[in-house]
Amino acid sequence: MSVILILIAFSLLVAGSFLVGFLWSVKTGQYDDDVSPAIRILFDEEIVTPKEQPNSKNTDAV
Amino acid sequence: MLKNKILTETQCYHCGENCKEESVELDNKSFCCQGCKLVFELLQENNLCGYYDLQASPGKTQTLLGNRYAYLDQSSISDNLILFKEGNVSHIQFHIPAMHCASCIWLLEHLNRLDTGIINSKTNFIQKDLHIIFDHTKTSLRNIVEKLHEIAYPPELNLKELEKSEKKVSSKTRIYKIGIAGFVFGNIMLLSFPEYFSSGKYEGEDFHRIFGYLNLLLSLPVFFYSASEFLENALLSFRQKVINIDVPIAIGIVAMFSRSIYEVVSDTGPGYFDSMTGLVFFMLIGRNFQSKTYEWLSFERDYKSYFPIAVSRLKGTEEDVVSVHDIKPNDRLFIRNQEIIPADVLLVSKHAQVDYSFVTGESREVTCQYGERIFAGARLIGKPVEVLVQKDVSHSYITKLWNQSSGKSETKSKYAHLTESISKWFVIVTMSIAVGALLFWYPTDPSRAMLAFTSVLVIACACALALSAPFTFGNMIRILGKRGIYLKNTKVLERLSNIDSIVFDKTGTLTSTGNYKVEYFGIELTDIQKQFIASIAHASSHPLSWMIANNLSSSNNKLPTTHLKEINGKGIEGCIHGRFVQLGSRSFIHVAEAQNENVKASEVGVSIDGKLLGYFYFKTSYRQSTSSLLHAMKKEGYKISVLSGDYNFEQSHLEELLEQKEGIQFEQKPIDKLNSIKELQSQGIKVMMVGDGLNDAGALLQSDVGLAIAEDINNFTPGSDGIILSKNFGQIGNLLRFAKSGHRIIMISFIISIFYNLVGLWFAVQGTLSPIIAAILMPISTSSLVVYTVLASSIKARSLGLTKMRA
Repeated sequence: MSVILILIAFSLLVAGSFLVGFLWSVKTGQYDDDVSPAIRILFDEEIVTPKEQPNSKNTDAV
Repeated sequence: MLKNKILTETQCYHCGENCKEESVELDNKSFCCQGCKLVFELLQENNLCGYYDLQASPGKTQTLLGNRYAYLDQSSISDNLILFKEGNVSHIQFHIPAMHCASCIWLLEHLNRLDTGIINSKTNFIQKDLHIIFDHTKTSLRNIVEKLHEIAYPPELNLKELEKSEKKVSSKTRIYKIGIAGFVFGNIMLLSFPEYFSSGKYEGEDFHRIFGYLNLLLSLPVFFYSASEFLENALLSFRQKVINIDVPIAIGIVAMFSRSIYEVVSDTGPGYFDSMTGLVFFMLIGRNFQSKTYEWLSFERDYKSYFPIAVSRLKGTEEDVVSVHDIKPNDRLFIRNQEIIPADVLLVSKHAQVDYSFVTGESREVTCQYGERIFAGARLIGKPVEVLVQKDVSHSYITKLWNQSSGKSETKSKYAHLTESISKWFVIVTMSIAVGALLFWYPTDPSRAMLAFTSVLVIACACALALSAPFTFGNMIRILGKRGIYLKNTKVLERLSNIDSIVFDKTGTLTSTGNYKVEYFGIELTDIQKQFIASIAHASSHPLSWMIANNLSSSNNKLPTTHLKEINGKGIEGCIHGRFVQLGSRSFIHVAEAQNENVKASEVGVSIDGKLLGYFYFKTSYRQSTSSLLHAMKKEGYKISVLSGDYNFEQSHLEELLEQKEGIQFEQKPIDKLNSIKELQSQGIKVMMVGDGLNDAGALLQSDVGLAIAEDINNFTPGSDGIILSKNFGQIGNLLRFAKSGHRIIMISFIISIFYNLVGLWFAVQGTLSPIIAAILMPISTSSLVVYTVLASSIKARSLGLTKMRA
């Protein structure tokens, strides 16, 4: 039955790593602004109307 | 200009405003002003038209940029603003109040296309902040700010920005504490399951000892870290000899923790680690829910948020830019259009038009003559002027006014909160029950006496006390926020429920700013005369003239005018069909009978061929909801008074509106308003002040609850406890009713919790409280209370009509 001790130790280890992950994500400010990242991901590389395309390609390096 | 004119009502492609008569067209798109067109052109040139694809008409109405950011070239000022420099790279953070939609984010994050010196720009939408990394060898701070201004996202630059030492660090520690408590709570629950199901009997090995010590180990961070704020606050309150809500919580935590350690070490039971960590977890969540803040709103404004960072000082003929702090008496300053005068000054130029709306809340222009005194906080309109400084910034009239009213924070914190007064009784009652149980059992069964004593302390936890107020008020504050009523914190709601008198400011509060009624008194005008006047008025650049023009003419056929001459601050004259028409102030129209009369309201005189016809008066109109609100509030037993900075020419109208004669005072200076509030408070009356301008600032701070009315949430508002959008003015009654109902909801939840506590105590005093009962009772009571408070407050909000309709 001592296998259960190993399992408990392992489960605590896994859960603990999630806790550390959570604390890290809070610390690095990933929850500070929950609006703009959600919007940012929807921006395409270029939203350009067709007639204006030619001179745009060289300016979008960030 | 004229060929761009169209007559149908269209909407500006950039900002969505209705294009008035003069719209500007480009590429089949119409714009309401040159400013908006400029922004469009700028964006088009740089291939940023995606801005318009994300949301229709995302822009803000434009004001033209003056030469007002020159001071940013001064290294002493820019160094204070820049966060840090490294090599060629500088970091800066701006607060941009105009940020409001997805297009804003998109444009602001593509700034590097407008200015190649910008390396990266990133928005924080919640805080409305923009973080820019730029190469200061390629561009300058001034360039960036001017670019931002051009695309209509002017950053907030004021004296306060300069002084801020560190940005408020939003409290992440509480999130850490919640995370850790939640983690431990969940794991201890898991490890305690065998205990729950087998009631302490294990097959074979002594797992329960291992589990017990494991639980003890896990609960250590919760006790020493997560629960630290409760324990520390409780200790602090002991030292101050008051009992606050943290005392019963701390007693419960300590009792559970020490009892659990004893049980585990002595191998007599599994302990209450699960209940203890759960309690800490729920309490922390409650605290976090309560501390809802509107980070992008500022309730703590003082005069510094209104003042510019720097002004131009004249030395001989040279002009240099100095920080506002360095202005000394007898300095000559050069003030440009739309700039705020930072100190009390004397006017050196011939005349100036200023707007005291920051100080008085009344946006009426005042004309000052040579040698006249202008107070700090006035905004210059029109031609630039020279002024002579009289006093330091820190000694100006407005600053003094501010300092007089500070010190309110302590008067407000003395307020006895509902939960605080109840928690005192709670501690007394539970302690006496615990001691009673101890004394009852001690003679017969000493070990059981100890058990009963600790059990009482364990089970009689202050869940209801500590959770019902945070969840009720926290939920209410969120509901109100959705409705355009922003309260500073949950304590405001508690104070609101005790208000018995409401004091209103008149202009800008009961009346709406910028919404004038034009009335004409004098000889009746013929249609042709009306057309004459409208044509002249239309040619003027003065807003009052436009109002006259709009009022008089429905048709748009303007008559040709000749000899048109406009004198700023005076009036306009011209010839139409050989008739000489004058429109302007009394002194301008030079008519004998116009002199020597008391000027009471904003007025414009009109004369044709030197003969006075009459006057146009501009009356502020009351908000639509004003009369119904005042009526309802009176009916509900609130004492209403009105303090106005204006002359008393509307007294009778106001008396009619209020249906009372007393409590209406005119010509109130800011300090008078403050004193009126103080006087009411000295009679033991709890006062709510509703105002808008800086002239109300003192009264807003002094009152028990100060509500500021704002036309636009990005506008300046004086320091206050809450900000209401002006269109929601009529909801003040509902706000008060809602606050009152919150009080009732909390009382009911206390009664519910008494029931739970009685059940728990029944087991506890007999010494038969097992951990499993505690572990079941605690979550049930907590969750049912949370559900009740949140549901009840939401239902109440719905019945008051406070839900829906986003601000």
